[in-house]
Amino acid sequence: MRAWLDEPSVWAANPSSIHAEGQRARAAVETARRQVAECVGGNLADIVFTSGATEANNLALRSLPHPIATTAVEHPSVLSAAVPLLTLPVDAHGRLPAPDAFVADAVARGAKSISVMLANNETGNLHPVAEIAAAARAAGLRVHCDATQAVGRVPVHALDLGVDLLSFSSHKMGGPKGIGALWVDPDTVLDVLIRGGHQERGRRGGTENVLGAVGFGAAAAALADDDLPRIAALRDKLWAGIALIDARARVNGDPDARLPNTLNVRFPDVDGEGLLMNLDLEGIAASAGSACSAGSLEPSHVILAMGVPEREARGSVRFSLGRDTTDDDIDYALERLKMILARLRAPGWGAPP
Amino acid sequence: MSGGVDSSVAAALLRKEGHEVVAISMRLYETAPRSDRSCCSPDDMFDARSVATRLGIPFYVANYVDAFRERVIDYFVEEYRRGRTPNPCVACNNHLKFDVLLGRTKALGGDWLATGHYARIEHDGERWKLLKARDLTKDQSYFLCGLPRELLGRIRFPLGDMAKTEVRALADEAGLPTAFKPESQEICFVAGTSYRDFVKEKLAQEDVRPGNIELEDGTVLGQHGGIHEFTIGQRRGLGIAWPEPLFVKRVVPETGTVVVGTKAELSSTGLIAGTCNWLRWDTPPGPFDAEVKIRYRADPVPCHVSPRDDGAVEVTFRDPQKAVAPGQYAVFYDGDEVVGGSVIEMAISGAPE
Repeated sequence: MRAWLDEPSVWAANPSSIHAEGQRARAAVETARRQVAECVGGNLADIVFTSGATEANNLALRSLPHPIATTAVEHPSVLSAAVPLLTLPVDAHGRLPAPDAFVADAVARGAKSISVMLANNETGNLHPVAEIAAAARAAGLRVHCDATQAVGRVPVHALDLGVDLLSFSSHKMGGPKGIGALWVDPDTVLDVLIRGGHQERGRRGGTENVLGAVGFGAAAAALADDDLPRIAALRDKLWAGIALIDARARVNGDPDARLPNTLNVRFPDVDGEGLLMNLDLEGIAASAGSACSAGSLEPSHVILAMGVPEREARGSVRFSLGRDTTDDDIDYALERLKMILARLRAPGWGAPP
Repeated sequence: MSGGVDSSVAAALLRKEGHEVVAISMRLYETAPRSDRSCCSPDDMFDARSVATRLGIPFYVANYVDAFRERVIDYFVEEYRRGRTPNPCVACNNHLKFDVLLGRTKALGGDWLATGHYARIEHDGERWKLLKARDLTKDQSYFLCGLPRELLGRIRFPLGDMAKTEVRALADEAGLPTAFKPESQEICFVAGTSYRDFVKEKLAQEDVRPGNIELEDGTVLGQHGGIHEFTIGQRRGLGIAWPEPLFVKRVVPETGTVVVGTKAELSSTGLIAGTCNWLRWDTPPGPFDAEVKIRYRADPVPCHVSPRDDGAVEVTFRDPQKAVAPGQYAVFYDGDEVVGGSVIEMAISGAPE
């Protein structure tokens, strides 16, 4: 990617231009498109670059027959998409019903399509998308999968999943922000969202984000599965340490099927907002819920959908590990967390929040 | 940090003194009315964040929407329902800023909480004292009468010695984006509407009490649309033609009656106030002479204060005072020092009724 940064065509030339610089930019975009396609086992022609997974989800949902059955734990870009939705519940661990039952329920409610995420962004739960897609196909339903959180963390293969549309994002796999992609089954016709140009084979107007695409492609090409067991081991070590520090702490999510890098912990009786502020002050970047327009935290709709009371949902924190996370990082986080929890539980000045 | 100029400069001054400063904005209500004249809206959070970025200090938004609704907005509406005149700024200081936020300060490992209030807290070698601001035109010590005495040493007001013009000049000099923001003057959560409309909207239908406007002798002069529209001493909005100017003298919630009278009739010789928050002592050693402020914009006037066994206080003015309004605070001063403060329960009328 660094080499591309020195290449003026990447950031100066328009890939649609016929001059040599334009053609080099075109080549850069198409190389990236191939890299991105390959990371989900797809063909170059089936990738539509978007501004990110949010746009990809919006584009996907408007392109499917309505109403669309989805789950209560989807990303807001699915749950807020301007199409008729049927939102199906999850259990206390955030799990979906068995695939056949899930699809049968969707059909019974009159769904014409299904949109289900491959991995949940807050709990890391992995959903049985291939099985759901098979059952859905048998019932004549179309399927979209938001794979944003999964690509790069578990192997993802669009054709094996058997879905019609698959969204994912560059920055979730270590690439730059501001670009994502929708993989489109060749038989699926999109209801174009961004109009005003023939780019992306007429499926998304606007001059290509060449630099973003190059970064996206580089990140996709650099994906490696070999680090995932190490990350999972560190994640498990973090949880084991937390359980020792606070016997009341609980994992939010599926005990059996989760991403290797995600740990969402609920600390009952702890001021979640104070916990997050403290963690940040100690240099530990954790997250919880979503920020409102003013910047304050709202409890996660995912955790609430699991039936966790609001107060405990506010005391839920997600730790995400990455390729750069080391054993020492986990030791440091545990040591600081122990101090922070003691501080938060100490008698305070004034009333508890 | 509210996103206004005062708290911005307070933070800047502390930073300049070499303190480790963490900025916190309090989010207090759901959808902020868009107004330039209040604080705590998303725009103000944005400003506060810009200031924190400029100062290079961590910034967080604390979500106190629930606590604010319960302890400030509900109280505000309830007081009007009872025909009284609430002081939401005192309530916010008592229950939010110098209670939950002070608690949060400790929970974040802080040594003390600083705000942009115009008042001073000083230690005279024996004890902490709450004092008026040096700039008497900006003095906000009235609103701080409920500060917890035992925690005065944990609170700092960096602007206590400064004039507003100096504060703005400092903000300008430091390049703070809030340097020329307008003063906040409205009650923050009713900005953009009138407090009467706000209260009426929140009141249950049966709590909107229309009734008669009467003289003390029972002569009915007219009708009104609800007692929440009236405050003791109010002259405007009565809609009555009378040879002399008439003022609201009393509000009787049980009957919905608003009693009006001439200016002379508004006078009280004293008042009864509720359980007093003492700042000079745990409890006063006995009756004492002081000055009392019966509303924010009133001058302190000489009085005699008699603490009662039940914690309430009886106050006798040296000279009769006009428009003593139950719900407002009686704040006692010895020179610059705030001795204590408590909510006014009733006026004592000199002439027998």
